Amino acid sequence: MSAKEQRKYLKLSGLEPMIVSAETNFINVGERTNVAGSRKFLRLVKEEKFDEALDIARHQVEGGAQVIDINMDDGLIDGKEAMVRFLNLIMAEPDIARVPIMIDSSKWDIIEAGLQVVQGKCVVNSISLKEGEAEFIAHAKKIKRYGAAVIVMAFDEVGQADNYERRLEISKRSYDVLVNKVNFPPEDIIFDLNIFPVATGMDEHRRNAIDFIEATRWVRENLPHCSVSGGVSNVSFSFRGNDRVREAMHSVFLYHAIKAGMNMGIVNPAMLEIYDDIPKELLDHVEDVILDRREDATERLLDLAESVKGTSKERIIDLSWREEPLQDRITRALVKGIDQYIVEDVEEARQAADKPIEVIEGNLMTGMNVVGDLFGSGKMFLPQVVKSARVMKKAVAHLLPYIEEEKRKNPELAQGNGSAGKVLMATVKGDVHDIGKNIVSVVLGCNNYDIVDMGVMVPPEKIIQTAIDEQVDIIGLSGLITPSLDEMVFLAKEMERRNFKVPLLIGGATTSKAHTAVKIDPQYQNAVVHVNDASRAVTVVGDLLNKRSSQKYVGDLKEDYEKFREGFLKRTKQKEYLTIEEARKNKYSIDWSSSEITKPNKLGVQVIEDLDLQKLEPFIDWTPFFRSWDLHGKYPAILTDEVVGEQATSLFKDAKELLQRVFDERLLGAKAIYGLFKANTVNDDDIEVEYSRTELFDEAQDRLNPSVDFENLKFRTLRQQLKKHAGKPNFALADFIAPKESEIQDYMGCFCVTTGFGTKELAEAFEADLDDYNSIMIKALADRLAEAFAEYLHKKVRKEDWGYASEEELTNNELIKESYKGIRPAPGYPACPDHLEKLTIWELLQVNERIGVELTEGLAMWPAASVSGYYFANPEARYFGLGKIKEDQVKDFAKRKNIDFEYAKKWLNPNLID
Amino acid sequence: MKDIKKILEERILVLDGAMGTMLQRHKFTEEDFRGERFKEWPVPVQGNNDLLSITQPEAIKEVHRLYYEAGADIVETNTFSGTTIAMADYEMEELVYELNYQSAKIAKEVADEFTAKEPHKPRFVAGSIGPTNRTASMSPDVNDPGYRAVTFDELRIAYKQQTEALLDGGSDILLVETIFDTLNAKAALFAIEEVKDERNIEVPIMISGTITDASGRTLSGQTAEAFLISISHIPMLSVGFNCALGASQLTPHLEVLAKKANFGVSAHPNAGLPNAFGEYDETPEQMAEQIKEYMDKSLVNIIGGCCGTTPEHIKAISELAKNYKPRVVGIEV
Repeated sequence: MSAKEQRKYLKLSGLEPMIVSAETNFINVGERTNVAGSRKFLRLVKEEKFDEALDIARHQVEGGAQVIDINMDDGLIDGKEAMVRFLNLIMAEPDIARVPIMIDSSKWDIIEAGLQVVQGKCVVNSISLKEGEAEFIAHAKKIKRYGAAVIVMAFDEVGQADNYERRLEISKRSYDVLVNKVNFPPEDIIFDLNIFPVATGMDEHRRNAIDFIEATRWVRENLPHCSVSGGVSNVSFSFRGNDRVREAMHSVFLYHAIKAGMNMGIVNPAMLEIYDDIPKELLDHVEDVILDRREDATERLLDLAESVKGTSKERIIDLSWREEPLQDRITRALVKGIDQYIVEDVEEARQAADKPIEVIEGNLMTGMNVVGDLFGSGKMFLPQVVKSARVMKKAVAHLLPYIEEEKRKNPELAQGNGSAGKVLMATVKGDVHDIGKNIVSVVLGCNNYDIVDMGVMVPPEKIIQTAIDEQVDIIGLSGLITPSLDEMVFLAKEMERRNFKVPLLIGGATTSKAHTAVKIDPQYQNAVVHVNDASRAVTVVGDLLNKRSSQKYVGDLKEDYEKFREGFLKRTKQKEYLTIEEARKNKYSIDWSSSEITKPNKLGVQVIEDLDLQKLEPFIDWTPFFRSWDLHGKYPAILTDEVVGEQATSLFKDAKELLQRVFDERLLGAKAIYGLFKANTVNDDDIEVEYSRTELFDEAQDRLNPSVDFENLKFRTLRQQLKKHAGKPNFALADFIAPKESEIQDYMGCFCVTTGFGTKELAEAFEADLDDYNSIMIKALADRLAEAFAEYLHKKVRKEDWGYASEEELTNNELIKESYKGIRPAPGYPACPDHLEKLTIWELLQVNERIGVELTEGLAMWPAASVSGYYFANPEARYFGLGKIKEDQVKDFAKRKNIDFEYAKKWLNPNLID
Repeated sequence: MKDIKKILEERILVLDGAMGTMLQRHKFTEEDFRGERFKEWPVPVQGNNDLLSITQPEAIKEVHRLYYEAGADIVETNTFSGTTIAMADYEMEELVYELNYQSAKIAKEVADEFTAKEPHKPRFVAGSIGPTNRTASMSPDVNDPGYRAVTFDELRIAYKQQTEALLDGGSDILLVETIFDTLNAKAALFAIEEVKDERNIEVPIMISGTITDASGRTLSGQTAEAFLISISHIPMLSVGFNCALGASQLTPHLEVLAKKANFGVSAHPNAGLPNAFGEYDETPEQMAEQIKEYMDKSLVNIIGGCCGTTPEHIKAISELAKNYKPRVVGIEV
């Protein structure tokens, strides 16, 4: 036998075998099912949307991942339970389970739990000598017994291997221990030799890539049968923002690393240039850096990178691209979102066409189809698509006068504009949030649908009438606050009553497949679909309007929702609930005799007018901003994310630019009102706020609403009723305030902040300029600023006005993680989902009168970029979710509030047990 | 006694045929199953074949004897359902150790009789470890695909107990068989490794999966090669397939194992596919004719029969096997 025949190959299995042989060259590991790598996956796991989490796994496998890495290491999820649950679900999906699983965790118990539920041969990611040889051996023995391969990190008791010698030393030692002491099959060992960045400007990093490559070569030659893996994007970290250079670096690195024997790894295919396509000069410079061939390699690459970047892609493209055929130029402009030349190109196309409409139906749609395909396959991201839309709008705007002219000349030919269908979009009555709706509108618009956008707070009768008048093909409803859910149910009923046949799309942050299936779908005989992201909207609408297959699609949908509904109802019935009396007996008890209560430094109400917005910048939590653009991942890691990093960086740059304009030109108005009051809990669940009218607003008595009875203001809180495990209390916010009978004076506060003044005008100005991108951007930024303002104000209150945490020093990150003492729950959110309590805050603080933030019919705040809530200071105060409550509490609540039961029920409906 | 691994290199070993088919001939009644000892047992026990090792040991020994006479080198203990999990149906979890111990003991007694008579042909006992009646990687509830009726640890503990009793009773080999869910088998292998470790012994292990339908996959969805890779972490005497299909339908899957496995390859197919009455009517000659193909292609090292096979079938197979060399083990792919 020759040496080659004796080689033992790493063999893995899912439902099907996967053998890493010399011929397989390089195994690509998918890592979107990793909560640390994908914000979206994390969210789905947190929200237990495992169906959608499975879709991510499926997409990866369909996209060519040969192994999928699954990681559930996050502080906020039960990693072990999530790992087992997700793996169990994967096992039921043959199209996913066909590939081997990489069980990824830093916690041994999660790894072991994972190994116990997978029948195929997995890879454990990872073990190392970090905690010493004894633990390393113990884990390796177990892994062998479970029949898995293992990734060994080049890490030991001293630290991570960061040079050639250390990589050799640790891998050799690990190998010897595994093969000789554990009898571990050498072909089942995969080394992760640590890929670190090069060209950082620090001399000690110069050899990072070449050391990895050389160590790989050594390992493959000297440690028989094992494999070498790694995460490739690390190597180019110092060139974040310059993807041309990064892509070239990845290719060069892989080219050499694979030649040296690296045979597995995590690589984003989108961030890879074809080695042979790298221009000679760039290739030379990059190889100088990767292979550390010159003293001044980094400086030279930096210089070249500047010119690659600095001469701007457009100019380089200008030469190679502007010479191309017309259609290619138009397509390129749409795909890349370049609006510079589009009018010129479209004009050229118009002159060549028989009729101007042909330019839209032909040239532009050809380009938009490419955009649609790229977006649908995950190769383009939402912000890019919105930019494409901007180009499209400019092109259409140029053509419209000619089309009108044509129509005048040939009225008989004017029917049909090639539209794929007409979609009505509206944010329902009482709700003002429209970012998601606008994004879906833009994306559908890009896909050749006519959009009838009715804006926000649209009453149902108006939606119905417009749908009839405009003969729309689909109605899409959006909403963010919980009362909107009932509005949607109402609309579905109306559509049924009026004998509508068109499909109904449901979307927005509070909507869910569960609510749609259980509450909306049964009201309407025709299709009802919950659509939670813009990319899905395109396929769903396409399927719904496809003349040939829509009937079957709708049938399948109905069946799917019915199944889902049954499953959901079955599940919810199993939960047990307490009566409100029982729940009160199990309230959360604070030992008031020893509890720390601080009297606020400043009791009463304060107003902040026109805060300098720039002060809020450090308080911005950027992660949700990216999420509103369908880019999932934690800031700042998202900027260097394998998949969306490029797009996130570009979006972030645009956001920062607009934000600077907002600061410089004071484009948005920020105001706040807040108050701190004496308070005590009465009758278990109510908080009585002590306040005498004369103390109120010395300077503004005349502006007050005289009908408000300030002496008797009470906040009514709601209590959890789900039957808990022994020892777990049934929380209500009132539990965090000392009861009156304790005779201890306690305090609470409430607030409203806004940064929304001016948003609407700005957005309209952008829209008038055909710039949906910035119109959505300004709203998303205003929302972030409002949240930042709430954070800023809470900090000020903790440290100054109330002063219970005057010593506090927290970083912005800690603030976002809410590591501070005390809470600021907001009505309409999980701890107090009752929006009605906003009315009490509005009365107490005179919010509308003093800072102009209004409450809509649905009790949404207007301007939309506003936040309101309570302050609780007790160290034991915590956030919780109310969950479902029973009707007895609603009755009691209505009585306490002195409102009609049916009215109370209407508002608390989303929380009521079915 | 000569090492079974050595013998495996020299000739094709013959495994026994069906136990259940043979016991059906006795038409045992509920009373027969109960015997004196379980007269008062609160639940019906008819059909609990494993119990017969205690209540009708002579009948069991007789079956073993017939198979050895027919030419079998290895007989399987009457313990297909000998785990706490499978015995729960009869409320006999407490008896699991005794059932396995007794079954192995009586099989070993018969084996020793034959080995004494024919020292050139030593007889072996394989402790039969069945799949249990639950699956660890599939949900029994179609509406809840994430649900599992049994966990790895529950299986591991049950298998460990069975393994210990089978070894204490004198089994020479452990045979994890009729594997429809690879994860169950991995739990069994894990348990066996634990016992080997604790007792500091080596035990030859045979493992045999079941391809349930024409798609060529196990019930839990794996292809033959994926199955092989999933269980190859344990050094084994042989890997193979049994049950579910007749000999001819099994051929392509055995070919995969024969090509890829570094262990011996075994097959113990059914006597064809069951007819409309659930009976197997392939004659010994018909079955031997199909198995001849395995031999011609050098696919197997161990050959026997599963459901519907009788001492006559085994006799025909063993006559055939004498004329062939075994598949050569140890070619790396």
